[in-house]
This record gives sequence, structure tokens and C-alpha cells, in this order.
Amino acid sequence: MDKFTILTSIAAPLDRANVDTDAIIPKQFLKSIKRSGFGPNLFDEWRYLDHGEVGMDNSKRPINKDFVLNKDEYQGAKILITRENFGCGSSREHAPWALEDYGFKVIIAPSFADIFYNNCFKNGILPIVQSNEVMDELFSVTKDITINLDAQTIQANNKTYAFEVDEERKRRLMNGLDDIALTLQYSDDIKTFESQYFKTYSWL
Amino acid sequence: MAQTLYDKLMSAHIVREEATTSLIYIDRQLIHEVTSPQAFEGLEMAGRKPWRINASLAVPDHNVPTTERSSGVSGIKDPISKIQIETLDKNCEKFGINEIQMNDIRQGIVHVVGPEQGATLPGMSIVCGDSHTSTHGALGALAFGIGTSEVEHVLATGCLWQSKSKNLKIEVNGDLNKSVSAKDVALYIIGQIGTAGGTGFAIEFAGTTIQNLSIEGRMTLCNMAIEAGARVGMVAVDDKTIEYVKGRPMTPTGNEWHKAVKYWNTLHSDEGAHFDQEVIIDAKDIKPQVTWGTSPEMVIAIDGLIPDPSKESDPVKAQSFKDALKYIHLEANTPINTVSIDKIFIGSCTNSRIEDLRAAAQVTKGKHIADNIKLALVVPGSGLIKLQAEKEGLDKIFTDAGFEWREAGCSMCLAMNADKLGVGERCASTSNRNFEGRQGQGSFTHLVSPEIAAASAIAGHFAQP
Repeated sequence: MDKFTILTSIAAPLDRANVDTDAIIPKQFLKSIKRSGFGPNLFDEWRYLDHGEVGMDNSKRPINKDFVLNKDEYQGAKILITRENFGCGSSREHAPWALEDYGFKVIIAPSFADIFYNNCFKNGILPIVQSNEVMDELFSVTKDITINLDAQTIQANNKTYAFEVDEERKRRLMNGLDDIALTLQYSDDIKTFESQYFKTYSWL
Repeated sequence: MAQTLYDKLMSAHIVREEATTSLIYIDRQLIHEVTSPQAFEGLEMAGRKPWRINASLAVPDHNVPTTERSSGVSGIKDPISKIQIETLDKNCEKFGINEIQMNDIRQGIVHVVGPEQGATLPGMSIVCGDSHTSTHGALGALAFGIGTSEVEHVLATGCLWQSKSKNLKIEVNGDLNKSVSAKDVALYIIGQIGTAGGTGFAIEFAGTTIQNLSIEGRMTLCNMAIEAGARVGMVAVDDKTIEYVKGRPMTPTGNEWHKAVKYWNTLHSDEGAHFDQEVIIDAKDIKPQVTWGTSPEMVIAIDGLIPDPSKESDPVKAQSFKDALKYIHLEANTPINTVSIDKIFIGSCTNSRIEDLRAAAQVTKGKHIADNIKLALVVPGSGLIKLQAEKEGLDKIFTDAGFEWREAGCSMCLAMNADKLGVGERCASTSNRNFEGRQGQGSFTHLVSPEIAAASAIAGHFAQP
């Protein structure tokens, strides 16, 4: 996983509430057995005018020019700003994989669905929660936004906004650490727990 | 100190506590073909082995064909579905994981198979790479959906890092009205609290209405907890729970059974336990429900009118109502029971159990689907449910009425296999999500109970028996 420190980028505004993971990456793309290559199908049903399927040459498909990611001014955006309850619905991790593969590193919204929120951190994406008032301000920003994870700040239009992030998750993101290796450091704790646990709950 | 059921289940599984998260031990990991290949790939790439093989049970469900299967996995027409199912078989064999394969009579939807096999027991911590894992909470288990990285993490370590959720009690009291089922209770609750109403919470469903629900009804309710934003939905253990679990293939026996029952009987919230939030609902307010839009919270009673966005004061909500109506090709203020339907789907981890099929069959018996219904599917939740239904003659009732009787799987709930809606087709579906494109691009999904789906199939429009 790449280390996350400071990011400066234009922010693409997706002005919709309750964007679900079916919309982020439609189910036909879940059939892949790999974890990369989902970027071209991010928001597939909104982004293209035809029906997308696995194996299509996406560069030849008709695009929906009205969709935010297809507009010239948002090309190369690494920050997505959106509305409440982003990432609701299915637990598919293909959603953060698709966002990450497209190039998004930060998503800012008034709220996120729980499973999606967790999945972001595991894939090097920083989800940031801001109030509806701040969101309205961010939606009006047309220049680059800077995210400083160490300082926990967003800088936009000469204003600075603070954000909260769990210390442990911040440490992992900043160091690009693998969750499993970290947990396996506690193998002895797990074994000790198991020996007592299976005595108490011997039917398991 | 008085504890909630969720607090009890969490604290029984804590291996290690840190400031804001805990490492919790996982008793059961359920695996299916869609969210596991990348986890196995990651495990292999890192040269890791599963921590505890007995924790896992795998079954293919999302992609399996529901039509004829006699030629096995090699006979699956969709090459990509085939690869996923073959990959699951291969991974389970390689890592020594217990798998119920596609042509096994026990095969079915993972959330139906778990409880049916006794792989789901009260008090267990259960995870699966599927958000509807909340279903298993109906048996007083701590069950929730996880992402593929977490699937890999649980495979490799037997544990998962979790931060504690807040406690939400939803209490429903009183007798249910005629033709109102657990599904209607679930949809009604989501309509009241919204799809983000349970975000950050573990929900415990309580009250006399819930106590009177069967275990299968409780599964329907807990299944939909995620549609209210909560990863966990639970019901306390009672005599019905113990009776349900008894005698299943993976359920303990003899002394172990007695020891387990003694523990399971403690799995309820203590008197005076603190809930961060409580919602109280009167069962008599709940009528049969139908969703009208593209989110489960966009729901009304079957005799209701489709809401008018111009009367909605919250601008974000008004806009989402407008977007939904535009997508789903319906007008505000239309009585929902005048809207005609093209297809019917009875199935999914929400409503594919024997009681669901019985309820739908009872409405269907001796009648025929309306001429405008192009396809009406009944997809049992497992091979064993299918067999039981056939013993009871339910299949005959359905096929005589013009329904198709299929093999078990997720089917048209998410339309990853060949069962899907065409552009502009409208479906009365007993599944759990009515998102845009969920059952096929440009298709329209309306969530209902099995009874309402059957009555609507006969009427050709949304109707109650």
C-alpha cells in the first residue's frame, strides 16, 4: 500500500446523496477474480450511455458528457466530494478498488456507510467526514484542495478545515502498513485466547 | 453492570483491546464465490495459511444458474460465472476448506445455508463478505458483513479489528395486521428511520411482535438491518431459537448441547441495559409495504400514494425523490396499487425460506398469474428448502399458476446470473435492494413480501390478497 501524507488535487463534485456501491461499481464487474482494473467501470451506468459488460473496450464506448467525471475540468481529480451516506448497500470491496483504481485517494462527504468506510482505509483511501455547511462550501471550490493527513486539515479557498480520523488508522495509512502482518504480531495473544475460549465454549 | 446483547457478544470475543478498536475472535466465516477470490489470491501471494480451517464454510450462490444444472459447473454458460465458481472450488480444495458445492442438495444462499446446517449458532461471531450477513443475528449471534480485505484478514488470523458500535433498540409491540409479515415490519422500520438511521449502530429488535415472529421471520428482519444502515441486527435467544437450532447437522449434541443451551439462555439484554437510542413502533400502524423508489426507505403502504417531491421540505431529499421518480418512470400522487408489473421474483436471502414459500403458495393456490406478467420466478433459498416445498406440493401450486420453479441461488436479487430484468421492466420482488439497475440495467424494482408478490402476480399490479 502506498504511504499517504499530503495530497493536492482538484476535487470532483458528485452532488448526490445515498450513492450506493451498486452505482459505484455495477455487479457485472464483480465477476472478476482479480482486485485491479475496475477504474474504467467506476460509476459505469452514469458515465457511459450504453450498457457496460466485462471485456468491453471502454475507450470506444459512448460517454455521458453531463457526468462529472467526464468533464474536462475534473480530469485527474484525486478527491471526490459528495453527499450523505456515500457507499451504502452491498459490502463489495470492488467499490473502493474501483475508486482507487480510477485515481481517487480522498472522499469527502457528510457521512459514509459503515462497511464502505472501513473498506476505504484498507485500500489506501482516506474518507473524510465534514458537516453539511462545510460540504456546501467545498462544493463551490473550483481550485485545488490540499489534504494534510498528519495535520488532519483540508485547505480550500484560503480556508482551513479540520477533520477527525482514528489514530491507528491514520498511522497505518501514513506508513502504508499491511493489516494482516500487524495482526499476526499478536499471534500469541490469539493462541492464548483460543485455549481459554474453547474450554469455556467447548461445543464450538 | 447491565449489558445489552450486543455488548455481551462483543466482550465474549475480545482478544485484545486498543484505544478505539478491538481484535475480536471469529467463530464462523462463511464464504461465497464473489468476494473471496481476491482474498485467497492475497493469502497465497503472501504465503499465508488459513488460521483455523474449521471456522470456514463455503458455498457458491451469487452466480449459480437456477435452471438445469445436470452438467455441473462445466455446463455453466456464462464464462465469467463459471470461472468464479471454479475458482471457489479450487481454492477450497487447495486450502482444505469445507465447501458445499453447486450440485449438492444442501447448496443454497449462504445466509440460508448457515442457519439450516447449524453452522450458525447463538453466541457465535459470524462474518461473510456479504452485507446481508446480519441475517444470522436472528439466532442471537454477532454477525456482520465484511469486505474482501477483511475476508483475507479473517482467513489469515482468525480475527478482525472492530470498533464498537452504539446500541439501538427497535421495539415493536402488538399483533400484526392481516397480510403483514416480517418483511413489512422491516420495510416499515426503514421507512421510519431511513437507510442511514442505523449507521454506526448495532440494532436489537425487541418487543412482543418480534417475540411472536418465527425464527425465519426474525431472519428476514435482521437481514434488512443493513438496509437501515446497521451492520448488525439481532434478536435475543428464546425457546424458539433453541428449538430451531436443535438437531441440525452442525449443532452440538449430548452434554455439549446442554452446556451450550445453558449459555445461550443468557444471550439477551439485561434488565436496565443502556441503549444509546430507542425506537418504539406499534404493530397496528404497519400495513403491507411496497417501495416506490430507488432506495429501501422510499416505501409506502400498499394502499398509499407515491409521495410528491414538491411537498418535501428537505431539498436533498426532494431532489432524491425527483431523481427516483424519473428513474423509475412513475408520477407523484399515483396510488401504488394501480401500477402494473412485468415480472415477479420470489426468493433471495430475505424471503426464500420454507415459510416464505408457504405464504406465497397459499395466496397463489388455485389461481393464475395475470396475462401481463411476462415471468414469475420462485427461487428457493436452498436445495433442502426446494425439496421440502416439493414434498408439500408447493411447486405444483406455483407451476399450475404460471410461475417458474427454479434451483436455489441468489438469482434475480442481484442479477449476476442469467436471471435479470430487461430495460424498462418493472418487478415486484421479495429481495432487499431496489437500487438503480440492481435487477438489470434500466429496470425497476419494488420490494414487497412474498404474500404481496404472489397477490400482485395474480392481479398484474400491486395488490394484497
